This record gives sequence, structure tokens and C-alpha cells, in this order.
Amino acid sequence: MSDQKKTGLSRRQALAGLGVTATGLIASPSIILAQTPDAIRFGHLTPRTGFLGPLGEYGVMAADLAAEEINAAGGINGRKLELLKEDSVNPQTASTKAERMVERDKVACIIGEISSASALTIAQVAGRTKTLFVNTGANSDALRGENCNRYMFHVEHQNSMYVKSCGRALMEQGLVKGKKWFSLTADYAFGHDLLKVAKRFMEANGGQFAADKLVPTDATDFSALLLEIRAAKPDMVISNLAGNQITNFLKQYSEFGLTFPVAGFGFDTALAWAAGKDNFGGIWPCVWHHLIETPGTKTFVAAFTKKYGKPPENQAWGDYMAVKMMAQSMNELKSAETAKILEHLEKGAKFDVLKTREGYFRASDHQLISEMYAITALPAAKVKNQWDLFTSSPPIPGPNESMEVIATQGDEAVCKMS
Amino acid sequence: MLTLFIQQVLNGLLDGVYYLLIALGLSLIFSLGGIVNLAHGAFYAIGAYLTIVLAPHIGFGGAIIASPVLVALLGIVIERGLFQRFYRSDPILSLLLTFGLAMVAEQTLRMIFGAPPLSFSIPPELRGQIFVGDFIYSRYRALLLLIAAACVIGLWFLLQRTAFGRVVRAGVQNPDMVGALGISLQPYMMAIAGIGIGLAGLAGVLLAPIYSIHPAMGQEIITPAFVVVVIGGLGSFWGVVVAALMVGLVKGITIGLGFTQWSTAVIYLMMLLVLLFRPRGLFGERIQRFE
Repeated sequence: MSDQKKTGLSRRQALAGLGVTATGLIASPSIILAQTPDAIRFGHLTPRTGFLGPLGEYGVMAADLAAEEINAAGGINGRKLELLKEDSVNPQTASTKAERMVERDKVACIIGEISSASALTIAQVAGRTKTLFVNTGANSDALRGENCNRYMFHVEHQNSMYVKSCGRALMEQGLVKGKKWFSLTADYAFGHDLLKVAKRFMEANGGQFAADKLVPTDATDFSALLLEIRAAKPDMVISNLAGNQITNFLKQYSEFGLTFPVAGFGFDTALAWAAGKDNFGGIWPCVWHHLIETPGTKTFVAAFTKKYGKPPENQAWGDYMAVKMMAQSMNELKSAETAKILEHLEKGAKFDVLKTREGYFRASDHQLISEMYAITALPAAKVKNQWDLFTSSPPIPGPNESMEVIATQGDEAVCKMS
Repeated sequence: MLTLFIQQVLNGLLDGVYYLLIALGLSLIFSLGGIVNLAHGAFYAIGAYLTIVLAPHIGFGGAIIASPVLVALLGIVIERGLFQRFYRSDPILSLLLTFGLAMVAEQTLRMIFGAPPLSFSIPPELRGQIFVGDFIYSRYRALLLLIAAACVIGLWFLLQRTAFGRVVRAGVQNPDMVGALGISLQPYMMAIAGIGIGLAGLAGVLLAPIYSIHPAMGQEIITPAFVVVVIGGLGSFWGVVVAALMVGLVKGITIGLGFTQWSTAVIYLMMLLVLLFRPRGLFGERIQRFE
């Protein structure tokens, strides 16, 4: 009785409450049925709204496709794979949802994310609950360095890999040594991290910055910066921008008719598609793109295009690979036990990552090591359709080099796994 | 250095004009009906998406006319169906209503066109630059400026020099008195909602070739547009115009001085200062029913 008084709940109210809850349970059989007791669940957590939402949506589509293919091939150790998909929204929400996926829904692993800030909070949950988290879209070196975590693996390549692969393409064209760069950097964690890596690259290779400008993430108009660029007459304009900013910048750069060569260190193909053939220009790094000439990529592009009516962009590759690699590991190990998978991955298990060479996770910081590409925009007259706007370099690094040369080396990013 | 600084100041002045078309509509709808239209940015997004749909069939020129008209019609339907029920109620209700509308519109665009941004370019005949001495400006933006200026003058004429405008201005100050004189404000409210929302649609068409087109684009523009309205003062036509130019100018000066990273923060700082010293905005009139 005293308990009831404390909560102010009468017996009648309690009964009514139970009734409502029961009705709710009966009324939602689909939710109960969907959670087949025998199924194995992966949590998919990525931004689906906000400025990273458009990329997240590609991730969701690709994860769905991967799950469909895995189930068609017999599932994971005979169990059906179920994806639990959520919008990660922001670092706080991402953390809460990750926690719920682990504690309530008992997911075998969490896959996704694009924002480096949200990836960090999910990794903290992963570390605390000893659940695997595969990061598919967050780039910052810090996640692989000071913030690294035993339970976090990175399919997305780190900023250093983006800078070094695009940088190699620029060096080949003589755009680095003794040249002046004008850089525009998105004024938040990702941009700052990228700028730091870009500066390190420039210093090491004999280039210099004519100017380096921080751009607020909510800035949509670049006209003022275009005037600055025009006055500075740099040898090269470098974008460390992010998301829609890149599209806005490219559209307006072409509008103002500036002709200095453009390159960027952070990029997603969806942004080139959004800029369109008349506006897309420059040299950009890509972790993967839909024009790679390998059987794996061709099959993936065909399946994705058939299902969704448009080709996949690089974020789609990340989520597709992550789901596939987790399922493949579990099948090979005949187990979904976190400790076993972790050991398997740390031992350097090889995966077909739809590129020329197979990929593997580097044990020291859990970074997926695979080839990258530098893409170059085609002139508008040579573009045949709305998707194939660029030509690609051969895989970087070349066939005779270690794939790790583009990743952080030695003290560039130090990871101490806890 | 000095020429660059002058260029930045001039460019800044023009920059503010992009917010003007949105801000004018916001201000009009608020002063007449008391509705803070948080969905205004959504109409801007709808205007941009309509351009993508219409331009391949009727050309960009056709879309400049057709999209705002369609958006205005949608605005009238929403005014008749929803807004008019909230003119006399607690402002918090209309805030909730328009906030909800903005979300519905954004999600609808996402469902129809997908989340990834879509491409749209400046038509070839409008591409190119204008050079005046050392100063460079985009031909397309010059056209944009002319259209915006024509809208401002047209709207001023409509409000200040016509019988329609007299009733609207009287309605802003004292709707009850207008009613007592036997004039029903209803058709005026409807027309103002149509014009205000149509202007947002027009801004969507005009900015589609130079900005990224994505479902959440309305959110990007609505906040600075509100800042312009607040700085200018509610109910003041010229206040909004002057505030839009000032916001652009201050942005231009900030960038000209080399503080690019402060270029958006500075307009909020400016709003803070204006609100501290002139809570009704620079040219805000005293409107009895909002006090």
C-alpha cells in the first residue's frame, strides 16, 4: 500500500495501464513476429536526416541489399539476418540508440555512421558493452588514433588515406612542389582533422598555402570566397569542405568562371552527381566508385541499380562491405561471438572489397587497408550520362607497393587499444 | 587589398538580396495574420524542386513564372485550409502548426525525390561573368538581382499605392476596425499568403541553379531570413529591405577583413545588438495587438 501511495497509482489505474499495455502488444503483432527468435540481428545506425542524411540513405539502401543477398544465400550459420535500422541524428542520440540496440535488442554488432563525432560516442558504447562497431563513413584520423577502441573497426578510410591518395595524383601532375594552395576548410571536427593532415602533406612535399580559410558549415554562398581566390591567384584551390558545401562550392566556382585547378581531400560521389556535368570539376579522392573495373564492383553496381534505379555511391559501398564482411566472418567462424570475430579480424582475415586487391584490417588501429582512387572530372562535352561524370586513376598505391603506404605511419596517429 | 575590400563590401550588399525574397513574405504573413510561418523555407524548397520538374518541359524561363504561381496556389490552399483557423489563437499554436507543416513538406520531398541532392545548372544562355574594371560578377546573379529589385518595387507599389494595399495596411494595424467598416479581411489575408509564399517559391527557382537542391534546403535559408525580419522590424517593409542589405554588408565586411569563419555568426551578433537597443527591430512599428 505504501508503495502505491508513493507513486500515486491506484489499483484501478494500474489495471487500466496493464490493459492498455496488453492491447498495445496485441495490436502490434508485426513487431513481435518480425523479431524471429532464431534470427541474428545487426544494428544499422547512421544519420538519415540533417546534412549527412543524403549519404546515410545510400548506406541504408546498400545494407538492405547486403542483408537480402546474405539471406538468399542461406543466412548466417543457418540463421536469418535481420537489420535493425535507426537514424543516429546526433552524438547523444546515437549513443542512446546504440545502447538500446545492444541491451534491449541484443544485436550481434553495430554497423554504420558517417559523422566522426557520433562514431566516437557509439564506439564508447561498443567498448563498454564489448560489442563490435564497424564504422562505415566517419573519416577523422583521431578515431583511429587517440580515440581508437578495441571494439571499433573502420571500413571507411581515414583522412590521411584520402589526402595521400589524392596528393599522389596531384604530385604526378606537378601541382604540389613549390606551388601555392588556397584551401577552404569546413569549420568543424572533420574539416580541422583533414586540414591538419593536408598541411602535413604539403610541408613534407614542398608546397605552401597561399591562404587557408575556415568556412562555417551553414554557409551556402561562396561568392565572397571566390573573390578572395580570384585576387590571391593561387596555383591550386583545395577543398576540405563537407557534404552539400562541396556541391554549392562547385556550382558557384563554375558560375564565377574561375579557372584555377581544383582538388579536394574529402569527397562523396553523390556530391558530384548533385553538382551535375556543367559544374563538376577537379581531382578528388574516392574510397570506391561505381566505375571500378572489377567483377565484384560490376556485380554490386548491377544489383544495386536493379533494386533502386540508380548506381550506388561510395557510402553505399561502405555499408554493403561492412554487413558482408561481418556475415562472412561469422559464417567462416561458425560463431557470432564478439571475441572470436575480433581475433579473426585482428589476425588479418582477407576480404574481397570489390577492388583489384583483397583488403584486411590493420591490427594496430583496426583500419581497413585497401586501395583508393583519384577521380578526375570529365569536360561536360564528354559526359554521356548523369552518373559517369569522371575518369578514374588506377588503384592507389600501385600493384608493387604495400597498400599501407597511404595510411598513417608511425607517429602520425598513435593508437593505444584499451 | 583595398579594391578587394571594396569588392567584398559590394558583393555583400548583393548577398543580402537572396534573403530578401524570403524575409519579405515572412514579414507580410506575420504582420497581417500574426502567423510565424516556420514552413516558409519549405515553400522555397518546393519552388526549387518544381523547377527541376518543369524546366525540361517549359524551359527555365517558363519555370521562373510557373513554379512561383504553383507555390502561391499551394500557399492559398494552406491559408484557407489551415492558417485562417489560427489568426486569432495563441501564437504558439500556429508555431506548432507551421513547424509540423515544414516537417511534412520536407519528408514529402524526400519520399518523392529521394534524399540525395539533385543537380540543376544555370542555363547556358545565362552563364558568364560581368567585368567592371577589377570587379567581377556573375551574369546570372545580375539577373537575379534585377528580378529581386522588380519584386521589391512591385510589392511596395501594391502595398503603398493601391486600394488593396491600403486595406492590408489598415488590417495590420487594426483588423477589428477594418471589419467594423464593412470590409472582410479574408480575401486580403488569402492574397497576402499567396504573394508571400509565392515569393518564397520564386526564391527557390532563382537559387536552384547556384545552391545545392536537397529536401532540407528550406532549413538552411529560413533562419537567416528570420534574422533579417527581426533586425528590420516586424511590419516594416523598408525595415526588411534595409536589414537584408545590412546583413549582407556586415557579412561582406567580415569576410573582407579576413574573418571568414565568423561570416555567419556575425549576423546573429548583429541581431543580438539590435534586440538589446531596439527590441522592435530597427524600423519596427508599434502594432497594438502584438504588444
